[in-house]
Amino acid sequence: MRKPFARKLLVSGAIALAALATGTVAIAAGGVEHPPARKWHFQGPFGTYDRAAAQRGYQVYQEVCAACHSLSLVAYRNLTDLGLTENQVKSLIKDITVPDLNDEGAPADRPARPADRFKKPFANEAAAAAANNGKAPPDLSVIVKAREYGPDYIYGLLTGYVPYDKLTPEQIKEFDVKKDDYFNKYFPGHKIAMAPPLADDKVTYADGTKATTAQEAADVTEFLAWASEPHMEDRKRTGVRVILFLLALAGLMYAVKRVVWADKH
Amino acid sequence: MVATGALGAVGVAAVAWPFINNLNPAADTLALSTIEVNVTPIAVGQAVTVKWRGKPVFIRHRTEAEIKEAEAVPMAQLPDPETDNKRVTDTAKKVRPEWLIMIGVCTHLGCVPLGNKPGDQKGEYGGWFCPCHGSSYDTSGRIRKGPAPKNLVVPDYLFTSDSLVRIG
Amino acid sequence: MASSHGTPPVFNNKVISWIDHRLPIFSYIEKEYHTFPTPRNFNYFWNFGAIATVMLVLMIATGIVLATNYTPHVLMAFDAVERIDRDVPQGWLIRDLHMNGASFFFIAVYIHIFRGMYYGSYKAPRELLWILGVVIFLLMMATAFMGYVLPWGQMSFWGATVITNLFSAIPVVGESIVTWLWGGFAVDNPTLNRFFALHYLLPFIIVAVVALHVVALHVHGSNNPTGIDVKGPQDTVPFHPYYTMKDGFGVICFLIVFAGFVFFAPDYLGHPDNYIPANPMVTPAHIVPEWYFLPFYAILRAIPDKLGGVLAMFGAIAVLFVLPWLDTSRVRSCTFRPIYKWFMMLLVVDVIVLGICGSKPPEGFWVPLSQLATLYYFAHFLVLLPILGKIERPLPLPPSIADSVLKKKAV
Repeated sequence: MRKPFARKLLVSGAIALAALATGTVAIAAGGVEHPPARKWHFQGPFGTYDRAAAQRGYQVYQEVCAACHSLSLVAYRNLTDLGLTENQVKSLIKDITVPDLNDEGAPADRPARPADRFKKPFANEAAAAAANNGKAPPDLSVIVKAREYGPDYIYGLLTGYVPYDKLTPEQIKEFDVKKDDYFNKYFPGHKIAMAPPLADDKVTYADGTKATTAQEAADVTEFLAWASEPHMEDRKRTGVRVILFLLALAGLMYAVKRVVWADKH
Repeated sequence: MVATGALGAVGVAAVAWPFINNLNPAADTLALSTIEVNVTPIAVGQAVTVKWRGKPVFIRHRTEAEIKEAEAVPMAQLPDPETDNKRVTDTAKKVRPEWLIMIGVCTHLGCVPLGNKPGDQKGEYGGWFCPCHGSSYDTSGRIRKGPAPKNLVVPDYLFTSDSLVRIG
Repeated sequence: MASSHGTPPVFNNKVISWIDHRLPIFSYIEKEYHTFPTPRNFNYFWNFGAIATVMLVLMIATGIVLATNYTPHVLMAFDAVERIDRDVPQGWLIRDLHMNGASFFFIAVYIHIFRGMYYGSYKAPRELLWILGVVIFLLMMATAFMGYVLPWGQMSFWGATVITNLFSAIPVVGESIVTWLWGGFAVDNPTLNRFFALHYLLPFIIVAVVALHVVALHVHGSNNPTGIDVKGPQDTVPFHPYYTMKDGFGVICFLIVFAGFVFFAPDYLGHPDNYIPANPMVTPAHIVPEWYFLPFYAILRAIPDKLGGVLAMFGAIAVLFVLPWLDTSRVRSCTFRPIYKWFMMLLVVDVIVLGICGSKPPEGFWVPLSQLATLYYFAHFLVLLPILGKIERPLPLPPSIADSVLKKKAV
């Protein structure tokens, strides 16, 4: 009984593995230079978001990215997930006004409320494109889930700019780089429309963290990872419980099955 | 075997919950379950209608005469007896007779009564009048005549300052 | 309590017995899921029918709840799905279950199909049972395809565009059919709206065909690993508790793996591009279907001719319908077919190779490889299977199922 069964198990295992492998292959086939893998606080089955880093990242987003990039799926109230109190959120948005209609139906700005989604820098996609040389800056709400290598790519992109005079002649030739083009190591096709957004001391952190370019990039990536999946910690916590429960149930089911079959083997 | 059955039952119950919970109001809906209204622009004798939890809320800045009239009504004349004082008290127990805040939904069959806009028919008791089946409410929003069984509902509200009221 | 066959069960509970006398649902359950004689020698491959059923129920239950929060409109669909993820209470859980559930439903069904092929479960008298199974598989593919369009990401949009355009290969009327499918001149709001309606409908049709599949199964009973017929009561055990408990254990084990993906890698089987809202003006650099379609996608691209590719792809599924008549062997189970057994394994490898080819851009050595694999796929069914049945000498079959079980025990 043992041997053929073991072989069958192997076969079914192989099928499952192959299915997974195909999945991986499908994802891996993109043809961009791999951004280096970094260690993130939210990685792994028990990883959580680093609240302090994400709060700093919010500051970077708000002071730097928000001038061009919307974050349309996130509401101001969501910032309480990052450890801010309701009053802190209210004071953060006290100067922001958002477009709405007045009682007569005419467009009019009103003060932002915590229930509002993050204000968009442009009225619509066409306006965003018109203001940015014809290409609208992408919304950043799910950007970490929408790119291969997720957070590594975002960090790589933000820190991966190469100045024109540091490029090799081969690179300039191959990618047809002009003097005023921006060259990025990890952007598909390398020529990117976005000017290097970050620089040392571009923001001043309230908690005293030194605002190097790398620090800013890591912080804003942490923030954007959170924005992409605010419920991640809940998901992992639930998962641990569900799997422990299923393992216990499987053990018991196996025992019951053995008892039931005892007279037939 | 009993343990397995019990554990299985627990599992089924635990699985059922997310499916039921899914139909509860979502976070974005809940975020709109309280609203703040600035009452400074509402002059004496005027009223505004604001939308709260999908329903109209009437905020009326009552005149001295209207307050007097509401306070003077004997309880025996009311189908749903309630003092005016009680209807203008916020959740911090502070009484502000000049501000009457009510959900603008007739307690008969859910129409929105007239009387909040200047020029609206106010009914014979000077408050609100429901055009659907002719219920008349007084200047305290209490039912006086017609098929509606109850007074207009006063929601929980709190004046966080003299100019700002939080409803819900 | 007259019943047309067998001894009627006696119910002690008066209510049950009253109902059963008028509508014999309890007798039916008793007969088909309790006392039903089932071969005693199933291996764990026989769990996958039950597992697939559980996945179907899970998909319908999660799907109904998702539909209550979803909006099928091109301007709102993407945000509606994200709102389910972000704001709806435990919406993320239901969505992750549904999204990964599709993959795991296909995993279960693919293993179920493999089991049917390896042990010859499609042969007389179970041909219709098999054909109903292929119908379920086709309906699943249609349902999964339309479901993938609903989040209205880039892969949704371009997947829908490419797959519906397959029909334009049909001579003369092709273009009109595509316009009819779209309800317009491109994949747009009418397409999304009708795909949502059909995505909601088809699972219930699947349930109906599954019911027929089970009715057909219970006419002659299940096949078994030896492929020989049940000869008497010593060959069988009652379905309950023997297989209810074994299936229960198998289902839980499968769910553990499933939960691993749902909770710790929910986006692993998906594609990042589907988190980019659909944009009819920009095609992603490399579009791939969901993994479970990849082998068929590879066959489509292996043929350097539009109509030919489409025909080959549909042919790859059509050939399964006639499988019972392509196999000429008198022996059912591969256990006793020393040569075909290896070709069966080769077919599994072949389908995996096709899957990998389908995920690669159609260039370089992937093109001849996918052509070779496509060739084997069809040769396996159309050439090998009919010929091998005639020339292969099967191993001696055990005299009975009970015999084979007892012999294994002795070893």
